[in-house]
Amino acid sequence: MSETVFKRMKSLPSAHLLGAGTSLCAGCGGLEALKEIYDILGEKTVIVNAAGCMTLLTIYPFTPFRGSWLYTAMASAPAGAQGIRDALDILLHKGRISPEEDLKVVVLTGDGAAYGMGLSSTSGAIERELDFLYICYDNEGYGNTGQQFSGATPHGARTSTSKGPRGFPGYKKDLFAIWSAHRPSYVATVVGAEALDLARKIEKAAGLKGPRLIIALSPCPTGWSYDPKETVEIGKLAVKTGVWPLKESINGEVVHTKVPHKRLPVEAYLERQGRFAHLFSPQRNKVLLKEIQARVDAYWERVSQPTLL
Amino acid sequence: MKRTLLTGNGAAAWGVRLAGVDYVPAFPITPQTEIIETIANWIDLGEMDCRMVTLESEHSMITAAGAAAATGVRAFTATSSQGLLYAMEMIYTVAGWRVPFVMVNVSRGLSAPITLEPDHNDILVARDSGFLQIHCATCQEVLDSILMAFRLAEDEQVRLPVIVNMDGFYLSFTREPVEIPDADAVTRFLPPFDPENICFRASAPVSEAVAVLGGPPYSYFRYETHLASLNAVPVFAKIAEEFAQAFGRTYEAVEAYRTDDAELVFVIMGSFATKAKDAVDRLREAGRSVGLLRPRLLRPFPNGDIRRILAGKKGVAVIDQNLSMGMGGVLHSELASALYGQAHAPPVLVSFIGGLGGRDIGPEEFYEMASVTRKAVEDGKAPAPRLLYTEKELREVRKLQAIAQVERENLGQNQ
Ligand SMILES: Cc1ncc(C[n+]2csc(CCOP(=O)(O)OP(=O)(O)O)c2C)c(N)n1
Ligand code: SF4
Repeated sequence: MSETVFKRMKSLPSAHLLGAGTSLCAGCGGLEALKEIYDILGEKTVIVNAAGCMTLLTIYPFTPFRGSWLYTAMASAPAGAQGIRDALDILLHKGRISPEEDLKVVVLTGDGAAYGMGLSSTSGAIERELDFLYICYDNEGYGNTGQQFSGATPHGARTSTSKGPRGFPGYKKDLFAIWSAHRPSYVATVVGAEALDLARKIEKAAGLKGPRLIIALSPCPTGWSYDPKETVEIGKLAVKTGVWPLKESINGEVVHTKVPHKRLPVEAYLERQGRFAHLFSPQRNKVLLKEIQARVDAYWERVSQPTLL
Repeated sequence: MKRTLLTGNGAAAWGVRLAGVDYVPAFPITPQTEIIETIANWIDLGEMDCRMVTLESEHSMITAAGAAAATGVRAFTATSSQGLLYAMEMIYTVAGWRVPFVMVNVSRGLSAPITLEPDHNDILVARDSGFLQIHCATCQEVLDSILMAFRLAEDEQVRLPVIVNMDGFYLSFTREPVEIPDADAVTRFLPPFDPENICFRASAPVSEAVAVLGGPPYSYFRYETHLASLNAVPVFAKIAEEFAQAFGRTYEAVEAYRTDDAELVFVIMGSFATKAKDAVDRLREAGRSVGLLRPRLLRPFPNGDIRRILAGKKGVAVIDQNLSMGMGGVLHSELASALYGQAHAPPVLVSFIGGLGGRDIGPEEFYEMASVTRKAVEDGKAPAPRLLYTEKELREVRKLQAIAQVERENLGQNQ
């Protein structure tokens, strides 16, 4: 692997490729990540989108993308990527287009599509070793339809379909592990708030061939109920508390890229978000808080003792 | 001319091969599978310069076909019944993308109950999608229609995907003598695809299939698709004429058989038209003036031709191999809407449902339908839709029901 060009924050791109003034919510953590990613991928891309918040980035006749875009449906963006990639390869192979006309094919979906409805088409694309990049912005719910819980919703979170005192009874699915089990070229987690880590991973992914998949934790002021100006702070807290491990997997080997050695208690992350307010008032839900903390601790315990994995 | 014995599926594969298709996203389903197996084999043998990818579902398969066509390659795919329904979200979607590609649907009845045998409920679900539909009655027609379908789909007045439909078993697995056209003649008729502005290229960024806000832009693009579909009526006529010149076989949007002096006309789609033609000949021999009309194009619906051919007829028997639950035959409704209020429209339109799930329609049933229709003309009143079924069939089903009952009881005792 070649050396990164992103040595420090200052080396990150200063001019931005993605246009401003979209209809997404102020402080959208998914958009924050997408901006950073697009700066690195550049405009020789075709973004293949599934139904979700990001679908509303391009509303006729506007688009913030300098490159190309295709909206498909909720379940089949990876299959759209397959069709475009195959077609470009055929055109290149038959000499009908020049290599300069080639594009990077990038899937962009929310967690609802990635963890659930689109999992079969993603699995198929990885199994066929499709040369593409998948960006999942993970706002931990069906955001576009009003933040109902999805397969990515964390335990205890209030969503519009889990409003009771215990919040969401299920557990966030381990998509990193599911994707990794397919042995794609590259899998990584990122968060927009850790821009340098994100840039290096996208740079690395862009330099590889085959299926490369990224899950970007995407703090969502609207769905998680917090002040939009806190998106970066909440993203950082997700990493510092160990709730969102930053890691990558190349050919099956998992490396944690930013280990929070002195982890903050999970409460520092949870208490900032309205979706967890019921854990703190009217009284502290000690049992649930303890359970959430224990799960995070157990994760990092396994990381520090790889033999337990 | 040399003829080869080919199944409908084999003829479809030959159409794809001759059309110089670049890309085939695929997924297996009976009775369509032989098409993709044949193509896969030719690719493996180096006889076709084409890429084939097996997707993990028809929903993905149609997405990939549409996306590839949107990138500027000539794409083909095939499916049947459950596969078509599984893909339905994308059938509507890619038609909205206005991308030209061709799909064969091998008609098969829909679940439940699950069956492998044919009727037309599957293909009619795609009726309002924006896909154009060509329905075939012979294996030769399957091959030829695929070539015409690519011309139609890619025509700049149209730019819509096209389904070529054939009946499972009756065509898909039935061998008929088929003339395989000369490859050079096909290339002259159907030159390589020039996608013009349909493409994703680094030098020409585009946003495709974007969201719209509000009814007016939405309606605009939907109306445009409808108008493009209507354009396909004259465009098909032009292509069919060129095809006839090049290959000597004529395919009009509507096939009319012995209709000129007919008083009564059968209307039927697909391969059962062959049975109907036979019945027409027999009825003619018996002195009845009966004819047959078969819409080859279902979308766009050839209203003009149908009105012209049926003008002045006394009665029409519409035979539907489909059933719209709670309403009746879909083709019957289409015909009624094409004819209602038109000058010289036949006063009586009788509806028959038959041939579901591969059920045959026998000659005596055609004779019976002719006499029911004649009676309706005399009475000046169409009877309620008839569901074709014989007493013998009913007895057979009662037997099956009795066996099912006994089997259930036996299982209970063995526990
Ligand atoms: C087949 C289908 N079912 C349901 C929907 C409605 N729908 C649109 S966006 C969306 C939520 C998608 O959730 P996610 O992938 O997490 O993206 P987000 O909305 O959070 O950006 C849903 C359910 C749809 N567009 N298509
Ligand atoms: S709902 Fe959340 S993810 Fe969707 S646009 Fe708003 S902030 Fe972004």
